[in-house]
Amino acid sequence: MRTDGRTDGTGRSEQGLAAQVSVVRGALTVRARLDVKPGEILAVLGPNGAGKTTLLRAFSGLLAIDAGTISVGTSVWDDPGRGIFVPPTERRVGVVFQDYRLFPHLSVVDNVAFAARSRGAPRRQAREHAAGVLERLGIASLAGYRPRRLSGGQAQRVALARALASDPALLLLDEPLAALDVRTRLEIRGELRRYLAAFHGPSVLVTHDPLEAMIIADRILVLEEGEVVQQGTPAEVARRPATDYVAHLVGLNLYRGTLADRTTRRIDLDDGSSLYAAGADPQDPAGGRLLPMVGTRMSVAVPPTAISLYTREPDAGSARNVWTGVVTQLELLADRVRVGVEGHPDALVDITPAALTALGLDVGRRVWLSAKATEVVAYPAA
Amino acid sequence: MTSEAGTTPDGIPRRRVASPRTPWPIAVPAGLAVAFLLVPLAGMLIRAPWGQLSRILAETQAVEALRLSLICATCATVISLILGVPLAWVLARSRARGTRYLRALVTLPLVLPPVVGGVALLLAYGRVGIVGSHLDRWFGLTLPFTTVAVVIAETFVAMPFLIVSVEGALRSGDRGLEEAAATLGSRAFATFRRVTLPQVLPSIAAGSVLCWARALGEFGATITFAGNLPGVTQTMPGAVYRAFETDPPAAVALSLVLLTVSVTVLVLLRDRWLRPGADV
Repeated sequence: MRTDGRTDGTGRSEQGLAAQVSVVRGALTVRARLDVKPGEILAVLGPNGAGKTTLLRAFSGLLAIDAGTISVGTSVWDDPGRGIFVPPTERRVGVVFQDYRLFPHLSVVDNVAFAARSRGAPRRQAREHAAGVLERLGIASLAGYRPRRLSGGQAQRVALARALASDPALLLLDEPLAALDVRTRLEIRGELRRYLAAFHGPSVLVTHDPLEAMIIADRILVLEEGEVVQQGTPAEVARRPATDYVAHLVGLNLYRGTLADRTTRRIDLDDGSSLYAAGADPQDPAGGRLLPMVGTRMSVAVPPTAISLYTREPDAGSARNVWTGVVTQLELLADRVRVGVEGHPDALVDITPAALTALGLDVGRRVWLSAKATEVVAYPAA
Repeated sequence: MTSEAGTTPDGIPRRRVASPRTPWPIAVPAGLAVAFLLVPLAGMLIRAPWGQLSRILAETQAVEALRLSLICATCATVISLILGVPLAWVLARSRARGTRYLRALVTLPLVLPPVVGGVALLLAYGRVGIVGSHLDRWFGLTLPFTTVAVVIAETFVAMPFLIVSVEGALRSGDRGLEEAAATLGSRAFATFRRVTLPQVLPSIAAGSVLCWARALGEFGATITFAGNLPGVTQTMPGAVYRAFETDPPAAVALSLVLLTVSVTVLVLLRDRWLRPGADV
């Protein structure tokens, strides 16, 4: 094990990030343990103030950790226990900042050539290298522009080019799409996924947008109030959210309760109501045949699209879960309307705009909800 | 009302008002301020001995004094730039405990009466001063009443203007850019040179102009520390002072010259660097 904390030039691209950190930032202590393999993209997902950016700053060396270690491959970057701290200038990280932080007095090509110039490359050589990177990212035409003349999407691409041009061992992206308008965001999102996938080293992307995390990342780490509450593939996180925050993010109704009956798979929820959950747990190798003991704490997830909504009591059908409530909010999403219903339990229900008109829904209206037991998924609470 | 702000109740588009009228409690004092500041300048223009201008300028040491003024003020500005910009960086960036007090001390000449500054300079760099006595004994150097003393006096009084201006810019500047530079492998001094300095260049330019103007008009510290010897230490303000005692119309003429030079330089620099939001 090398202990001088320096990166060496060989085999860097084959090295993963291993971090176990504890950083105190005012009232918040960020504690996380994570590994990112070479070529893997990890999204750190969490609400504002969860400590996501703090984590990135620790990785980039702009902030020293209070305990733990950060290493890439065999190079230790930060280890307060052994008195090792490698400054950002020596870390070979590529950082895409949320506000891009392009140097306003330098042209695009000189921004991208900055890292090479910092490391002593002659101007011409640095510019040629930078021009090559711009070419690869399809923005060679922007080379002579000053950053202030760039659109948001262009600035984002240039920031990525600048980070990649430094030949980083670790790529860090802080809310890379947050500053973009909706249309540009969609366009850049797919592109970003492509460029990150082509990058050989580990990438860590911070975001509060679950969709962004799901589309771009191979793995998601959910951070809340400085603590890791869940880690897994996008599919795992989406299907088995560990907390209300994650459930809300991925648009799931998440309830908590205890398993009351193994045969009917009835789960008594904490608000006193019950749901029958016969849906297959995607994580369960037995396909839901092996339920835990009665009394086990369970999470129950119901997708908003799996709930039907009626303005009068429905006839007894195949749905075993039927309950009533009052509409408290109507939210227009891209292609549907999300209806918030207060009842036992509360629920979010997605319906089409046409259905909204047909039902004549409004806030305060009493409605009946039904969900097939097979659409309700229960799993042991985290 | 808010949704209908653009139209009258009849639906006719209302004439848009570009800016509200200035309220009189602001307009009246503002007008008085303008009069107060401009009347003396007007007085100078009205009473100037236009007919004898060329004679006065030829007879007095005007050209010599003006030359010395420009050279010394420029030297003082250059020295202020070389020493003051790094000091501004230290004051803006240092997290040491004494920084606050250091800032107050080094900017003291801003509020110090210049003549007091001149006395202080004499006590420090004079022939028997705490530094000056050593200069005299070891190197045979005597500073007071030399042209160098003029530059020292002007630098002492004018440098704080540059420091304050640049430090403010460094403070309010975007530290994020410096962080970005660090992640791109740029060490502290390279970042200062390649990122920080270009960001604060407009403030350095503005601070230099202030500094230069202050040095050009310096009188109190100069006359105390350097004296008022024509051709050696007599700058324009000194020449005006001397003339005022013997030949008042000449003093007015010299003042006019100084005024013209100041305004010309200011206008030239303004077009070049000092436009608001100028792209440097």
